[in-house]
Amino acid sequence: MIEGLDEVFLAAAAGFVVLAIVMFYRALAGPTTQDRLLAVNVLGTNTVVVLALLSVGLGEPWFLDVALIYALLNFLMAVAISKFTVERGGVL
Amino acid sequence: MIETVRFWAVIALLAFGLFFTFVSAVGVIRLPDVYTRAHTASQTDTLGAGFTLAGVALALGWTEVTVYTVLLLFFVFITNPTAAHAIARSAAESGIEAWTVDAAEEGEER
Repeated sequence: MIEGLDEVFLAAAAGFVVLAIVMFYRALAGPTTQDRLLAVNVLGTNTVVVLALLSVGLGEPWFLDVALIYALLNFLMAVAISKFTVERGGVL
Repeated sequence: MIETVRFWAVIALLAFGLFFTFVSAVGVIRLPDVYTRAHTASQTDTLGAGFTLAGVALALGWTEVTVYTVLLLFFVFITNPTAAHAIARSAAESGIEAWTVDAAEEGEER
């Protein structure tokens, strides 16, 4: 671990949070279901990155476990909803 | 000396990650239909997350926590394009037409 990088990681996490909030526009206003799903998927990826940055910035290693599980659930959510919005589940 | 290089390498990786995630946010907000948005989400967002997680792994060094970060990087690299592909295919199978210049000139909204 390098000294003096904690504030850099926290500032980067703040930047990612701002970009995630911007992404909420597409999740709320997206004309189709797939638009909303895509925006929520990108939001989930941003959340995983924010969790990793907070883990190293605050010195809490167990945040990475939460990030790993969150990434897995995010992927499952995207695939499952895109499967069940199609008639007879024709995706994959 | 090597510590200085590592310090600036971590900062450069974080800056690249933030830049590519910014490009992804602009693309998802501004592009005209779901297919182009799926394209920008699968490409730039994966690259941004990959750069940032690589920066975190480089800052952590050789510890057991780094294994989690590298696993997370690998996992995001595999699953993010797969999810975008599934979403785009779901859009195609539910009958959403792709955006074209002709349709835009006739005033159709997406």
